[in-house]
Amino acid sequence: MKLQIKLQSALLSLAIGMSASVVHAHGVWITSSSSVLSAPQFVTFDAASSSVPFLIDHRPLVIDALSIIAPDGSKVPPVNVMKGELRTVFDAKLEQTGTYRLELVRSGFRANWKDAENKPKRFMGTAEALAKEVPADAKELKVTESISRMENFITVGKPSTLKTTGSGLELVSATHPNDLVVGEPVEFTFLVDGKPTEGVEVEMIRNQTRYRNKLDEKKYKTDKNGKVKVTLQEAGLYWLDADFKDNNVSNKLAKERGLAYVLTLEVLPQ
Amino acid sequence: MRKWVPEFISLPALAPALLPALIAGMFAGQAVAGEINLKVTLPQINSAEYHRPYVAIWIEKPDQTVEKNLAVWYSQKKTDKGEQSDKWLKDLRQWWRKSGRDQAMPLDGVTGATRPVGEQKLSFVEGKSPLGNLPAGQYNVVVESAREKGGRELVRVPFTWPVQKAVTAKSSGQEELGDVVVELKP
Repeated sequence: MKLQIKLQSALLSLAIGMSASVVHAHGVWITSSSSVLSAPQFVTFDAASSSVPFLIDHRPLVIDALSIIAPDGSKVPPVNVMKGELRTVFDAKLEQTGTYRLELVRSGFRANWKDAENKPKRFMGTAEALAKEVPADAKELKVTESISRMENFITVGKPSTLKTTGSGLELVSATHPNDLVVGEPVEFTFLVDGKPTEGVEVEMIRNQTRYRNKLDEKKYKTDKNGKVKVTLQEAGLYWLDADFKDNNVSNKLAKERGLAYVLTLEVLPQ
Repeated sequence: MRKWVPEFISLPALAPALLPALIAGMFAGQAVAGEINLKVTLPQINSAEYHRPYVAIWIEKPDQTVEKNLAVWYSQKKTDKGEQSDKWLKDLRQWWRKSGRDQAMPLDGVTGATRPVGEQKLSFVEGKSPLGNLPAGQYNVVVESAREKGGRELVRVPFTWPVQKAVTAKSSGQEELGDVVVELKP
């Protein structure tokens, strides 16, 4: 009995986590207190979902699935984790030289259908739960698979070469993500399951939107080589969001797969 | 008296052949050794809490890559919290990105303590560290300054190498740097 309650609450928290990351994919972000460091030290992070990137005005981000990966591949645990009403805060001690990768990868299924009495029903969760929760006689069933990846990079000393995993939507930057400078063109390649892919929709928004009247978002679409060329004309923190849909699903019930990728980039003045 | 050649070599036998060559070599070296003399002025800045700036001085190629590091002035003492002194080196942003982070600090003959307000003189001789040998071409002397609780500024002074005749070039900063004078001597 107790176990069942625990399981249910675990599923519920997964569903809530997903609703933050997948449904409201536009507006989740993680920022770091520094992205370029010349000595090992603590870095502090904010993580939230909000109306506009980097404004703290909505909900804290669930960071259960967060990994902080050190240059040597080992994992650094987040410390001093505080889940506030509007944002999640955590610190990490970065002691190695090279590039640390923060990643928050989440995947799951979303289903909408009508039951025998034509009442709309919905579900969010894992593939196993999906099979149990959705009745065989569900009408107008629509199932979508979602994979979202959020990343942040922080470099201590000399940057390291970054590797991708080959699953979901990922980014390869010709310029190291901690090396971006105003006015220098950057080329991003977007990979779907490891392959450069055309038609990925990319959006970038610079921070401090509160202090200007235009959101000034920049939209791009990858070319046939999966590439996007960007020149950032202003220094600041940029939120990069990429989205792609295909039908490369891992479960037969789903017809469509939605992929999302979010990255925070710091662009320094010349 | 200390001998300048290993004892097993017979000095009288070698000396007549070696000495003229050595002497000629010395003069030849002097005749072609170009010189770069820098005067970098750190301006007086009225501030409630003034800290001497961190300064990096280097020679860059036209593509803005670093050819030689000439000087880096920073505090090499540990902070009150016991933090490493290189914690703030990244604030010399351009230098850090282009060169600093690839080096192990401190750099022999390059790094040194921060300097006070006023004109700072530096002299670099061809063939000697840290200038060493510079291939012929167009270059900039770049001075980057970053100050705690203050600003950051870069000044570039272009020059051509090797030096044909003595020339002086100058650029000036607006806020964090004063005049940067480059004197070239053949």
